[in-house]
Amino acid sequence: MRQVAIYGKGGIGKSTTTQNLTAGLGEMGKKIMIVGCDPKADSTRLVLGGLVQKTVLDTLREEGEDIELDAVLKEGYAGIKGVESGGPEPGVGCAGRGIITSISLLERLGAYEADLDYVFYDVLGDVVCGGFAMPIREGKAQEIYIVCSGEMMALYAANNISKGISKYANTGGVRLGGLICNSRKVDGEAELVSAVAAEIGTQMIHFVPRDNAVQRAEINKKTVIDFSPEEGQADEYRTLARKIDDNDMFIIPKPMSIDRLEEILMEHGILD
Amino acid sequence: MSREKLLEKYSAKVYKNRKDHVLQLELEEAEGIPAIAANTRTVPGVMSARGCCYAGCKGVVVGPLKDVCVITHGPIGCGFYSWGTRRNKARTDEHTEKNFVPYCFSTDMQESDIVFGGEKKLETAIDEAMALFDPACVMICSTCPIGLIGDDVQAVARRVEEKYGITAIGYACEGYKGVSQSGGHHIANNGIMRNVIGTGDEQPKTRFSVNILGEYNIGGDGWEEERILKRCGIEVVNLFTGDASYAALKNAHLAGLNLVMCHRSINYIAEMMKTKYGIDWIKVNFIGFGATCKTLRDIARYFNDPELTARVEEVIADELAEIHDEIEYYKLQLAGKTAGIFSGGSRSHHYQVLLEELGMHTVIAGYEFAHRDDYEGREVIPFIKDDADSKNIESITVAPDEAFFREVYSEEEIEALRSGPDGVEINAYDGMMRHMERGDVVVDDYNHFETDALIETMKPDIFFSGIKDKYSIQKAGVTSRQIHSYDYSGPYSGFRGAVNFARDVRMALYTNAWSLVTPPWRHEPLLVGTIGGGQ
Repeated sequence: MRQVAIYGKGGIGKSTTTQNLTAGLGEMGKKIMIVGCDPKADSTRLVLGGLVQKTVLDTLREEGEDIELDAVLKEGYAGIKGVESGGPEPGVGCAGRGIITSISLLERLGAYEADLDYVFYDVLGDVVCGGFAMPIREGKAQEIYIVCSGEMMALYAANNISKGISKYANTGGVRLGGLICNSRKVDGEAELVSAVAAEIGTQMIHFVPRDNAVQRAEINKKTVIDFSPEEGQADEYRTLARKIDDNDMFIIPKPMSIDRLEEILMEHGILD
Repeated sequence: MSREKLLEKYSAKVYKNRKDHVLQLELEEAEGIPAIAANTRTVPGVMSARGCCYAGCKGVVVGPLKDVCVITHGPIGCGFYSWGTRRNKARTDEHTEKNFVPYCFSTDMQESDIVFGGEKKLETAIDEAMALFDPACVMICSTCPIGLIGDDVQAVARRVEEKYGITAIGYACEGYKGVSQSGGHHIANNGIMRNVIGTGDEQPKTRFSVNILGEYNIGGDGWEEERILKRCGIEVVNLFTGDASYAALKNAHLAGLNLVMCHRSINYIAEMMKTKYGIDWIKVNFIGFGATCKTLRDIARYFNDPELTARVEEVIADELAEIHDEIEYYKLQLAGKTAGIFSGGSRSHHYQVLLEELGMHTVIAGYEFAHRDDYEGREVIPFIKDDADSKNIESITVAPDEAFFREVYSEEEIEALRSGPDGVEINAYDGMMRHMERGDVVVDDYNHFETDALIETMKPDIFFSGIKDKYSIQKAGVTSRQIHSYDYSGPYSGFRGAVNFARDVRMALYTNAWSLVTPPWRHEPLLVGTIGGGQ
């Protein structure tokens, strides 16, 4: 079982990318579970066709520890299982603690079946506290992909997340598998992201072009492969899925100083 | 020198920190009172005896309020372990029929409450408490996780005030705040000053009325003080906060004079009441029969009434006569013995006086959470540097209250009262160290190692401290008594209390069982092994 965590700046398209690429893996016949680690609980709606399932934490709160796995784990497109950890309303409680609680509970309930090929963790944008680092601690996710674009803040975030990974890499064995560029149509985007990836010591595993097919599929609560399998964008996600499935480049990232990052951005003309 | 021997064991980094917290007094040679480092962060790992901000707020100051439902907002441990551990005695009185001191109220926060926030659970807990106990006042004491998840306890307090028409106070006294219990005392003082004192209108019944601030009625100390004052014709409006009630505390601003026992934990209220209501405060000490005499005479001198003065002298003569024989007997047995005292923030000073009266000298004295003014005297306050930790504890300011502000004496008159050989310590405190002798050791934020090491070098006959270190001292063969809780005894204050104390000290010194036991490691090997392949 490969456990994969997807990180990246808020709003960069982590949930969209995760679900579309898992649809590609599902199409290849892989058995997959997606664990949504965002209090907004919107990490599985595309694979589950908009199905609103109860979050782990809501169920825990209402029904106590005695939970049936079926209550929180639903199956969707290509047999992909989706579970949302959920969390408190904005501004109250402790969402980070919620993720820790939720993942521990899923483990106790036996959600991590032996025949799963992949578990994907879709994590909230910023690793604001220890709770959001949970998936890369304690031997859970072994590989990380960072979703980014050629925009400056997205690359800042990618560099910061790399810092977090390198912190846990030495003790927890977690490795960076690459950057996924979710294009924002920035000039020279692929070159820039590749350059940043190289500096960190990793690769840009795939460049996902910007395409309205994604929007259309989302409005219909579906992934692109599910909604319009014949479109070019569906093939992009299939490619990404295959690249991840074949990936053998797992490294401990070497995050840059802010100065160095800005230098690279300058070289690529972003800070003109 | 004991201090050097003690400090030389430390690493350079710890030495640098601790050297300013440990003094060996050389008062005769040096000019004035030496400076001591206090109220700063403890070095991690030194096994400090300190508690936390919650302990100071809930455990010390607001916990003893008998008619207040004091709710510990947090997981159950903090509530349970602060339940009934301080011997602040309380009984119902003419102001209140309810006494919640034996109870423990807690929201018992569970994991999912931490994740989703605990405000609702807190409100439900208050609803339950209102239905079951109908208190006139609710106080919410926050524990560490509450601060982390950001529950707004003040907002909850405002909501329940509106809902029930009661007084509710939310204290953000999370354990990690500040450097010790002291931050919690300050937070509690602020809440009581803001929300309770000054809201009542019941005038004292007599001409001479006082509040005793910083008297927590451990083992009934406050009751003994009240008994004596009553005999003198002095009315005690409030004991703060031992045996105190919300109902009576509301009227505290109408008393004629504030007496301050524990300077550390309550001086904020004393000062604010001086500013807001003009009430003077005297630093008193009821620990010691001589000290009690001085305190009574100080009060009489303040009120300046011939009848009261005569009555005070009569009571003093009578009380002293009553205890004379017993005290003389105990003195014979105790004279010449030495002691060490490690207490919280004022007792180490108070008990030195009583021990002195019994013929004993205190060679080691220390505080867990005192500030420099408790050691050096209040005149040092303007020179205490604020640091990030002390700025983190809210300090409130008050203005004179138009309706109630009244000044009894002018500044000049107060100066006159202060002067002379039997001057009264009005609105002032000259600290502990001034009353100590050359060679005595003073330790701030004492720890386990320092306790052991000082006992070894200074060899006091008896050591007074708390539950955390009592048994390790005792098992080392040194007589040990708890000065926070009095080992289930008391009262120790006033005249009769002094007899109780002398009795307990004599008993402990002359039945020091642990020093008669030879531990096995003195005559048996600790390790058994073979050398050279078992041959």
